[in-house]
Amino acid sequence: MSAATLLSVESLTMRFGGLTAIDDLSVSVPAGKITAIIGPNGAGKTTFFNCLTGFYKPTVGSVRLAHPNKGEMCLETMTGHRVARDAQVVRTFQNIRLFPKMTVLENLIVAQHNFLQKASGFSLAGIFRLPGYRKAEAEALKKAAHWLERLGLTDIADVAAGDLPYGTQRRIEIARALCVDPVLLCLDEPAAGLNPRESAELNTLLLSLCREEGIAILLIEHDMSVVMNVSDHICVLNYGRKIAEGTPEEIRNDPQVIKAYLGEDDEDTASGEKAA
Amino acid sequence: MSAVIIARHARTPAERFKDAAWVAFVALLLGIPMVGLTTVDEGGALTVQTRFGMLGAFVGASFAGRFIFRWIMDQIRNRRAAKPPVAKIDRTPQAIKVIGWAVLGASITLPIVFSENRYVIDTATTVLIYVMLGWGLNVVVGLAGLLDLGYVAFYAVGAYTYALLFSHFGWTFWEALLVAGAMAAAFGILLGYPILRLRGDYLAIVTLGFGEIIRVILVNWTELSNGPNGIGSIPRPTLFGLPFERNPAEGTQSFATFFGLEFSGMHRIIFLYYLILVLALLTNVFVARLRKLPVGRAWEALREDEIACKAMGMNVTNVKLSAFAIGAMLGGFAGVFFAARQGFISPESFTFTESATILAIVVLGGMGSQLGVVLAALVLVLLPELGRNFSEYRMLLFGTAMVLIMVWKPGGLLASREPTIRLRQAATEGGEA
Repeated sequence: MSAATLLSVESLTMRFGGLTAIDDLSVSVPAGKITAIIGPNGAGKTTFFNCLTGFYKPTVGSVRLAHPNKGEMCLETMTGHRVARDAQVVRTFQNIRLFPKMTVLENLIVAQHNFLQKASGFSLAGIFRLPGYRKAEAEALKKAAHWLERLGLTDIADVAAGDLPYGTQRRIEIARALCVDPVLLCLDEPAAGLNPRESAELNTLLLSLCREEGIAILLIEHDMSVVMNVSDHICVLNYGRKIAEGTPEEIRNDPQVIKAYLGEDDEDTASGEKAA
Repeated sequence: MSAVIIARHARTPAERFKDAAWVAFVALLLGIPMVGLTTVDEGGALTVQTRFGMLGAFVGASFAGRFIFRWIMDQIRNRRAAKPPVAKIDRTPQAIKVIGWAVLGASITLPIVFSENRYVIDTATTVLIYVMLGWGLNVVVGLAGLLDLGYVAFYAVGAYTYALLFSHFGWTFWEALLVAGAMAAAFGILLGYPILRLRGDYLAIVTLGFGEIIRVILVNWTELSNGPNGIGSIPRPTLFGLPFERNPAEGTQSFATFFGLEFSGMHRIIFLYYLILVLALLTNVFVARLRKLPVGRAWEALREDEIACKAMGMNVTNVKLSAFAIGAMLGGFAGVFFAARQGFISPESFTFTESATILAIVVLGGMGSQLGVVLAALVLVLLPELGRNFSEYRMLLFGTAMVLIMVWKPGGLLASREPTIRLRQAATEGGEA
């Protein structure tokens, strides 16, 4: 691996009572690249995301982020909002979580809450619309307009987000995450529910975000047309363990991976090639 | 196209007959105990008598009423369907603005028109108290989406803070106003902390309990609150130090003597009306401004999706506590006014019914809508007043009206939501909304 490591996960374990959702997982995510996490349903992919982004506190293990400006940070000790606010590791959700009654633009402005809240003097300066706050608001608007333009959402900026089609909502969620200025963008099944044309557009978007903006992307995805076309690096999970890791080419031919996906039993045959 | 729609709505006479007969049957079932039987006092003993003639008339009226009602509704629907579809222009925001200004104009001119009618102005003052409380609770329920069934607690805290500050330290209305608001906000945060993790039904139950706790404390902590006897002779607010009294103290002036007017009891009533009008309008401007600030957007985002808020790096704890604190503070202000207006407060004024009424105003008005709160407060305060002539049917009328409104407008009277920021407008007007 040539690129510097942005995020290194070491021996991460997450147990819920007797169930071990993630078992001694070690992964490293390179900076400025797209890393995909794949695996069958229930493999622990979303749990892994929840551990990274402060929604769960891992039972064992460490998650270290080499933040480009703030140095090394331990994400596993940070709770809830602090991962997004301080470490700028931002996520989207498998089942879209927008603010449905608010407009698309408002969704993107809310994402810049911490910046704006500070600029509004925790509402004291904002309530009188002092120039400092108005400048900050214009700045936030400019950033939102930039991402709206970039994701082709400008025309629907003033429409309630919940009234829009599914594929568009997915894009809004990504745009909203981008407004937080992520150093690592974690996308949980961004192509779920998209038609082939939309997922092709998603591929282009992800590649351009990574190559042009230098944002590292961590991706959970089932749609192999997305995974195989955009990923620089793939990590395969099954039953909470990492069973393979490598380039798309390596993963495609890995017998362990084929076995996990096709559900072949170990006792049936020793070689996993037969099932086709 | 339209012909097809009409055909679908047209009912055959048999269908109409069946529909009306079904309603008449239900009317018969209900009517037997309610209309068909009656008790008569015969020489000291109660006997049951039948009134089948009346019952027959009742059932017949239900049948005919349903038949005609259905027919009229179908006619209206068909006429609507027959009209060519016109491109709908959403005029709601403009309409709301026009209605808002009209209501404001009416509320300013009301005391001038009814300057001799104490009943009208007193009722209008009550409406405005509820409007202010509604706007306060709207922050918590309408914007932040936190169901609060104990809002009256903050109203009580505000009222008692003023009453106690006066009776112990002789503070006046204006001195106590801000302190009482701060006190209520502190109680808001106090309530907010333990229930940060709760939502929905659980939150409602805890807030309900909190409201009761405050009332029970006020009833039982006699040394502090004088218990059920309440606190009396709370001074009325003054106009920049000018009291509204017939005989001002030696060497001081009253409102009437200062302006060289003849003393009239109505001066104070009208002054109180304008005072609550100003307080309510300040509340409105304050909340409307907050809504367009990051904190207001955060409240709405919290209502929409708490987990997404967290993922955006928002400190959900602060967002919730700020909503509770601001809502409580506004309730506290209203409480101070209430204490000053009544001159006497006791725990009896702060029962759960009050919380329920305020919540009903917010829900009926349309969650988050400022003008909706005004309309709903008018409906909820004026309906029981109008119903006074019907005495025992008053609450029946009230309940029917509420059911009808919720059937007709499930989202509340004004359910539309105005965005806090628009891309086009912001781009052309340079950020000023």
